[in-house]
Amino acid sequence: MEYLLLQVLNGVQLGLLMFLLAAGLTLTLGIMDLVNLAHGSLYMMGAYIAWTLIGVTDSFVLGALLALPATFLLGVIVEAVVIRRLYARDHLTQVLATFGLILFFNELVRALWGPGGKSIAVPGFLNRTIEILPGVPYPAYRFAIIVVGAVVAILLAWLVARTRLGMLIRAGASNRRMIGALGVNIELLFTLVFGLGAVFAGLAGLMAAPIASVRIGMGDDILILALVIIVIGGIGSIKGAFIAAMIVGQIDIVGRAFLPDLLKTFMSSSAASSAAPAISQVLVYVLMAAVLVWRPTGLFGQRT
Amino acid sequence: MMAALRTPRGIATALVLLVLAALPLLTQAFDQRYLLSIGTRIVIWSIAAVSLNMILGYGGMVSFGHAMFFGIGGYAVGILSAHGVSSGWIQWPIALLAATAWAALIGALSLRTRGLYFIMITLAFAQLVYYVGSGLEAYGGDDGLNISRSRFPGLIDLRDKASFYWLCLALLCASLWFCSRYANSRFGLVIRGAKSNELRMTALGFPVFRYRLAAFTIAGALGGLSGILLANEGAYVSPAMMSWMKSGDLIVIVVLGGMGTVFGPLYGTIAFFVLEESLPPILNLVHKGWGEYWMIVFGPLLVLIALYARGGIDSLLGRHHD
Amino acid sequence: MKNKLFGTATIAAVAALSLPAAAQSPIKIGFVSTFSGPQAAIGEDMRRSVELAKEHLGGKMGGKPFEIIYEDDQFKPDVGKARSEKLVQQDKVNFIAGYIWSNVLLASLKAVADEGDTIMISANAGPSQIAGELCNKNFFSTSWQNDQTPMAMGEYLNTKGVKSLYLVGPNYAAGKDMLAGVKRTYKGKIVSEDFTKWPDQLDFSAELTKIAAAKPDGIFIFYPGAHGVQFVKQWAQSGLNKTVPLYQVFSIDAITLPQQGDLAIGTLGAQEWVNDLPNEANKKYVEDFKKKHGVYPSYYGAQSYDAIMLMASAAEALKGDLSNKDKVRAEMKKANFKSVRGDFKFGNNNFPIENFYIQEAVKDPQGMMTVKTIATAVKNAVDPFAEKCPMK
Repeated sequence: MEYLLLQVLNGVQLGLLMFLLAAGLTLTLGIMDLVNLAHGSLYMMGAYIAWTLIGVTDSFVLGALLALPATFLLGVIVEAVVIRRLYARDHLTQVLATFGLILFFNELVRALWGPGGKSIAVPGFLNRTIEILPGVPYPAYRFAIIVVGAVVAILLAWLVARTRLGMLIRAGASNRRMIGALGVNIELLFTLVFGLGAVFAGLAGLMAAPIASVRIGMGDDILILALVIIVIGGIGSIKGAFIAAMIVGQIDIVGRAFLPDLLKTFMSSSAASSAAPAISQVLVYVLMAAVLVWRPTGLFGQRT
Repeated sequence: MMAALRTPRGIATALVLLVLAALPLLTQAFDQRYLLSIGTRIVIWSIAAVSLNMILGYGGMVSFGHAMFFGIGGYAVGILSAHGVSSGWIQWPIALLAATAWAALIGALSLRTRGLYFIMITLAFAQLVYYVGSGLEAYGGDDGLNISRSRFPGLIDLRDKASFYWLCLALLCASLWFCSRYANSRFGLVIRGAKSNELRMTALGFPVFRYRLAAFTIAGALGGLSGILLANEGAYVSPAMMSWMKSGDLIVIVVLGGMGTVFGPLYGTIAFFVLEESLPPILNLVHKGWGEYWMIVFGPLLVLIALYARGGIDSLLGRHHD
Repeated sequence: MKNKLFGTATIAAVAALSLPAAAQSPIKIGFVSTFSGPQAAIGEDMRRSVELAKEHLGGKMGGKPFEIIYEDDQFKPDVGKARSEKLVQQDKVNFIAGYIWSNVLLASLKAVADEGDTIMISANAGPSQIAGELCNKNFFSTSWQNDQTPMAMGEYLNTKGVKSLYLVGPNYAAGKDMLAGVKRTYKGKIVSEDFTKWPDQLDFSAELTKIAAAKPDGIFIFYPGAHGVQFVKQWAQSGLNKTVPLYQVFSIDAITLPQQGDLAIGTLGAQEWVNDLPNEANKKYVEDFKKKHGVYPSYYGAQSYDAIMLMASAAEALKGDLSNKDKVRAEMKKANFKSVRGDFKFGNNNFPIENFYIQEAVKDPQGMMTVKTIATAVKNAVDPFAEKCPMK
């Protein structure tokens, strides 16, 4: 039972981290109709910037807090130089141009920070295990990720549901022309939303850094997973992204933790242990394909 | 035909084809065998680009998984060869059939979606095939599989580089011819019409879905053919030949050459390979050691191409008259 | 505009054609590794060692100057094969060395060793196919066959009396080889065998939770590069470092240790070379490397250094005349040089017959993370595929 709880928590933690990354993606897609493959690069830049700032300030919390406005600034610059020119273009152009940005950022990081990865230590006060239930230890840092992720998710829900910015975001996701008619400064709104997405990506990157490592291309693999999540959830829907991230987090854990035993109940042990990893490797893709075949615009996407 | 030769496009195309046809002789005369290797890869990739162009360029179907057909064509040949079936007369039809059947199946599922959803679902199927390939332990898994080249006894020896090259070139010319017929046929007009206005085509009574599915299946078969050739070129197949990066490269090539044009994919492939081969040495000339950072130049170049050169290389050759 | 395009194409073609075709006087060596993208750190370490070898040789082999042409495989088999082909066909090199990855090596094998009849030295990758049925007279290894290192670890665990082991590795060819390797020799109980998604899984919480529940005597892992950094960190953060010791192959090395830091202290690994092996060649190599770059070399670097020294030994014996390939191969086979791993000889399949050592991650007196030898796991090990190789 404790084992089950721990595995569920692992899935929640993974899902929340993915949600942070997916939230920015789905916002830019929903409101600006922009496919931004370079979102993973912002995730990587967030981690590298945090590494530098943590080194300078000699404090994890201070460095991390300073890294957030820095990634916001980076997002704004990227938006002004490249992204802005892409809004009116089709998805293909956007995929191509932002793919170019990925290549650029990967090599830029190598030129600035060198080819070897960097390491961010878990801050001292979180470098231990806590007992989530009596006698059930869980790494404190991972628990902190869950807390931060949950807080951000709630903040975002509040932002979208209750604020003027959120109203514009919702309006933009369903009808782009309408917000223009409302007399809103669209350019500013787009820059702001893109910067916000960059902050979420940077936050995800720097929070993942102590358990993963800070390295070139760290955003590339995870980007695909984030895209899968927003497509399952339905483009533009924060709620969809959250639910999809949670589903993907749990499915991932189920595939890794329970599938081998599950398979052993109806096939030989050796067949099960070779089939399980193969199945868990493609599980999220199968899930996405199945969702799209069933609902071609995702779980919560706009019907056309 | 003669009139076409007087336009810049006609002259350029004739020149490129002429150089390609004479490449084995040229490389032999100048003792540059390596250029023939590059040439062979360019021709094979061009066939794949032609096939992607049929759906992406003409039909607006952005498949982000087209490299999976490299893998299906290649692995069909590889697996048969591993079991001792070395005759090309058996290998090639089976490989083509496999690619066609798979394309029809996933096309039927994917074409229900639009836009980014279509991009992602094609990627998902490609990843599926990729991981199945890397899970095939009996056939090398991730390490890939060294194979012997297909045999066509008495007809052609694929181990001979020049013969193999000419075979690939002949198949490329056939695909280009087929593509130009396709583009101007009634079938092609429906595909092109549905790209700009699907509703109108549906309103005119065309079953757009079925037309698209047919186009997707044909493109898959042609992609499978390029996979067969690629496997024979390297005498090696591995899952890496169908990684999503390769699918991305194919999209870049089609856009670079000029979407929805017959010869665009060929120009795009040539430009792509020339860039990849020459950018590092050129940067090294500027400053020693910079060559390894070529992607710092290549990345922004992609951005610029995407932003400002949507007609691709083909549009540099002047307007189309058709 | 079209002239512009054809202009560049012509320039490229002319530039390629005008290269001196048969300037065979200096000895030419091609070196294929990964120099761009996420894995470039390994390629850089190899290049530093190759350059150091060149320095130690005074830039000459058998009295002739030699040059090294580096080519970037971009971590892709097809690119690696194309670059290898270029080295053989255009640069007409005498030797090609390098190859971090099994799939790049396998893709290039035919073009270099068969069709190119060029001598090829793997300074890292050791897939079982090339040790066995695909063995080739033109192919030599200065590293190992994939199964050997984990087999050495298995032997050591037997002598140490580790009763049960939990195996974790990535779900790809080398990962499966490594786990199969340790199972070949380890006699204790295998609690479970988990394969994780590759390369996109960087979170090991589910596996670590399973391990904590299973309570084995030890964990055996194979996670090269960034994944090794991640696994070790997460293992330590989960608190398992206090209860279940970690045994590894290729997961903790000079490239990853700066990132793993203190968390890796005390973990044990198997390797055919360690930076403190007590022989003159090794002392000189490690000291000069550290002086020049301020860090320890890794086994990738040591194997690359040996690859150059192996070529040099053949060139010395033939006084720089490499025209007769049979003679070159015969000299290479003697392995008549001072390897940084100490003496070794080639088996029938041209893979080394060598010792494997157990190394522990420690801090050196200056506070830098490194590894030190604590035991010899096996002596003169022959890889298990040698008998499948038809060469004698």
